[in-house]
Amino acid sequence: MDFLRPASWQEALAAKAEYPTAVPIAGGTDLMVEINFDHRRPDALLDLNRITELREWETGRQTVRLGASVPYSRIMEHLRAELPGLAQAAHTVASPQIRNRGGVGGNLGTASPAGDAHPALLASGARIEAVSVRGTRMIDVDDFYLGVKRNALAPDELIRAVHLPKATGPQAFAKVGTRNAMVIAVCAFGLALHPDRRTVRTGIGSAAPTPVRARVAEDFLTAALADGGHWDSGRPPAPSVAAEFARLVAGAANPIDDVRGTAAYRRHALGVLARRTLGWTWQAYREQDRSPACA
Amino acid sequence: MTAEPTRGPRRLTRAPRAAQGVGVSVARPDGTLKVTGEFAYASDMWHEDMLWGHTLRSPHAHARVLSIDIAAALAVPGVYAVLTHDDLPTSQTRYGLECLDTPVLADGVVRHHGEPVALVAADHPETARRAAARIAVDYEPLPVVHDEATALADDAPVLHPHRDDHHAPHVRHPNIVHRQPVRRGDPDAAAARADVIVTGTYTVGMQDQAFLGPESGLAVPAEDGGVDLYVATQWLHSDLRQIAPVLGLPEDKVRMTLSGVGGAFGGREDLSMQIHGCLLALRTGKPVKMVYDRFQSFFGHVHRHPATLWYEHGATREGLLTHMRCRIVLDGGAYASSSPAVVGNAASLSAGPYVVDHVDIEALALYTNNPPCGAMRGFGAVQACFAYESQMDKLAAELGLDPVEFRRRNAMSQGSRLPTGQVVDAPAPVAELLRRVKALPLPPERQWETAGAAPDVRALPGGLSNTTHGEGVVRGVGYAVGIKNVGFSEGFDDYSTARVRLEVAGGEPVATVHTAAAEVGQGGVTVQAQIVRTELGVQQVTIQPADTRVGSAGSTSASRQTYMTGGAVRHTCEAIRERVLALGRARFGGTHPAWEHAELLLEDGKVVTEAGEVLAALADVLDGQAIDIEQEFRHRPTQPFDRMTGQGFGHVQYSFAAHRAVVEVDTELGLVKVVELACAQDVGKAVNPQAVAGQIQGGTVQGLGLAVMEEILVGPDAKVRNPSFTDYLIPTILDTPTLPVDILELADHHAPYGLRGAGEAPTLSSTPAVVSAIRAATGRALTRVPVRPEHITDTP
Repeated sequence: MDFLRPASWQEALAAKAEYPTAVPIAGGTDLMVEINFDHRRPDALLDLNRITELREWETGRQTVRLGASVPYSRIMEHLRAELPGLAQAAHTVASPQIRNRGGVGGNLGTASPAGDAHPALLASGARIEAVSVRGTRMIDVDDFYLGVKRNALAPDELIRAVHLPKATGPQAFAKVGTRNAMVIAVCAFGLALHPDRRTVRTGIGSAAPTPVRARVAEDFLTAALADGGHWDSGRPPAPSVAAEFARLVAGAANPIDDVRGTAAYRRHALGVLARRTLGWTWQAYREQDRSPACA
Repeated sequence: MTAEPTRGPRRLTRAPRAAQGVGVSVARPDGTLKVTGEFAYASDMWHEDMLWGHTLRSPHAHARVLSIDIAAALAVPGVYAVLTHDDLPTSQTRYGLECLDTPVLADGVVRHHGEPVALVAADHPETARRAAARIAVDYEPLPVVHDEATALADDAPVLHPHRDDHHAPHVRHPNIVHRQPVRRGDPDAAAARADVIVTGTYTVGMQDQAFLGPESGLAVPAEDGGVDLYVATQWLHSDLRQIAPVLGLPEDKVRMTLSGVGGAFGGREDLSMQIHGCLLALRTGKPVKMVYDRFQSFFGHVHRHPATLWYEHGATREGLLTHMRCRIVLDGGAYASSSPAVVGNAASLSAGPYVVDHVDIEALALYTNNPPCGAMRGFGAVQACFAYESQMDKLAAELGLDPVEFRRRNAMSQGSRLPTGQVVDAPAPVAELLRRVKALPLPPERQWETAGAAPDVRALPGGLSNTTHGEGVVRGVGYAVGIKNVGFSEGFDDYSTARVRLEVAGGEPVATVHTAAAEVGQGGVTVQAQIVRTELGVQQVTIQPADTRVGSAGSTSASRQTYMTGGAVRHTCEAIRERVLALGRARFGGTHPAWEHAELLLEDGKVVTEAGEVLAALADVLDGQAIDIEQEFRHRPTQPFDRMTGQGFGHVQYSFAAHRAVVEVDTELGLVKVVELACAQDVGKAVNPQAVAGQIQGGTVQGLGLAVMEEILVGPDAKVRNPSFTDYLIPTILDTPTLPVDILELADHHAPYGLRGAGEAPTLSSTPAVVSAIRAATGRALTRVPVRPEHITDTP
């Protein structure tokens, strides 16, 4: 197994172009497990740890450009206000040691449906900055996940950063696991209210071949909130609306039975999480200044 | 039948005083090293020029091995040896704890997923692994038996068609390892007197010991043709007895030394890499180290028997048990391991710590193609406790009685008789233990509520995963109590050996203790030194490494080592004291009349009278001489259970613990937060109170794990589905509740210092207490452990 250690981003891109089967490694919290279990033996590893800019973030007027290797622990500490959904998801990632190493780039590169970051990225409407020697392109998160552990990156592309809109309203993330910490998701759900556009977005994890949005549920809730004048009044949506939203979220999943849980339970749990996260985010929306947040 | 315990020389009428002696929470020497990562475990061993061994394991649960081609593996540069069944040096190619049914390497058939098929030694572990992957094995899959129905079908494949073990002639189907009935009284007549009868079928999943330090050892070939083996194990001499014959070596050519053990819990009673490492070392002439990774470890040791338990209990309106019938089916997997003894425990302890005079009990273990199961903390008593305690709750509910009050009315006490006819002849404070946990104040409600707006999710079900802020959360409280035997039972000649040397060094008396007792983290070395300080009045005590140059100490299991090796150390110290006093009388007898008449003690390096008068310094008595004695210590003998009736004085001692569990359950998501798990246990005498509390807390948490998360999942194809800590979940610190511990010390006069083996009892009642609390919160029947969210939410 070759081990490539580019000293700069340009060198990394050149290396990836030359060795397209090389697997990038940053925190190694996922890849090293795969290697240790002998599930995967890449021809080459492309070590990105010397490229310090991958561990940096920039907060712009409307978005955060989050370096691919910014550790989850930094997201929890520093980006709680700008990216509340992702910060909550970061909290649920593995153990403190892993959160000090792992970052969103790894979750996206692996594209496992169980990655904890995905529901928050979907709910916030993130875009992935994919770069190669050929240039840079922005991939909408909705177009990023192609199949089980398959993503939209070209063989010569690396993830430079993720661009996330700064939250304009409350966001929530919740994950079901059979242990109270350090557990892989049985299923997970992210919800973001976007009062500026008067829409909602969702993300479902571990309950379909890829992370998915519950689009029908989003459309239903967006319409119900508008029709009921809830954005202006702040009144919580009726229990029947919450129940229908929960039903539609559960219906958007396409889960399987596996060692972590049954398909039926995953659907059931997603409905519960949808109802609860709607309650929490709406409560927070009522309690904060209801005008769209300004930077 | 009872017998007097082994007596040492004269007993003292007053206990000697000793700093850091018996009854004191002496700090363990390995504690800080383990917490700071400096402790040398077996996996840390290194030898100049050593090779690394790797095991190729079967991907099938049952298959014929048609051929094995090792050529490609041998061709890998750096590979020194590849061994298969054909390379074994003698005609004895099987080993086992109770039955010699386990092939060292597969001999034409593999009987479980992960069975060892071939071995590789190479100069790097990665090379060994890659070479093993190049061994071409041609398997012909065979039909699997994976449960009672498939194992006992008339046309079931017979796993061991040529059995010659002593249970074989007595079983009605060759796929039954052992069956033990226990019959007493007239259950039919008693059932007719019952006002209520409850039945239930309960299921216990396959729990793993999940010790931290995976199997590892280092085998070093010796010039005399023998081998020195350094290994993490639970019983050196039992290993030796199994290793030497298959190596074709006399036992004195296989010299074993215990290396750093990272936990055991029963999982190191069976051999893992011992024979394999020795074979590779003897073949290559080089030291060979073998360390399992976690994946290999899940296949490298036996697990707790999964069980299906059917129970029927009857009771009168007054809340007194009339009778009990039960049938316990344990899945022993592909090889016997300690299944027969587990059956004996499950059968004899199936009624729990209750008086029930009319019983009809049957327990049996099956051979299946599932992973082999054997010893794990609680050893057959865990499975039974979950079932009988579930039944107690059910009966109490049926009778409209408080579950603790119902248990109290039926609790055994000293003088009660077990279903085996054995009278419990030591304190049995079952009702008192329950009373104590019930009397504790309940933890405050809604502890997740904080002064600020955001709840503290760590105090809620789901914890950091942020699944509830209080929605759907219901509190439940549950109780359970259990009974566990201590020491080896059923007529086994159970003994331990201790060698103690007393001499003077630098003007001070010093003692050296040498035993083969495996320190697996339980604190045995600390206890041995405490006993020597108390018995010999010597401050400086050295514990030598455990090895096979001294006689057997028996197993570090069955809650027995403080009783047995502690007893052996004490017994030997008593002989040394007698020798010291004889020397003293010879040297100084004329100087003081007390030498001839009084009870004399050794305290603070001196010979003193009971009144504390100093007669002589130990250094002067010894006068340059060393006293060195090795002695065996036995507990009182036991008897086998009658094969038809199960009657007999089968167990040495009994240990009791009770739990109260307080849980918060997210009833919508089926997630559980155990808030508090209080335990009261009678330990007879807490030789080291801090270590005892640690055992109780550890056992309690292991029981919690079985209640809500720990399970090796095996499919109908008999293949293991979750052999990693990714999906075999054990409790984290956030899953670990407050663990109040209440230690009773009611002496058992048959045992050294009156102590009672403590390590296992808390593992029993913890599980049913937690499940009882979840039932109280949810109203669900919950007849299987671990309880999964699907069961609580009634989702398929």
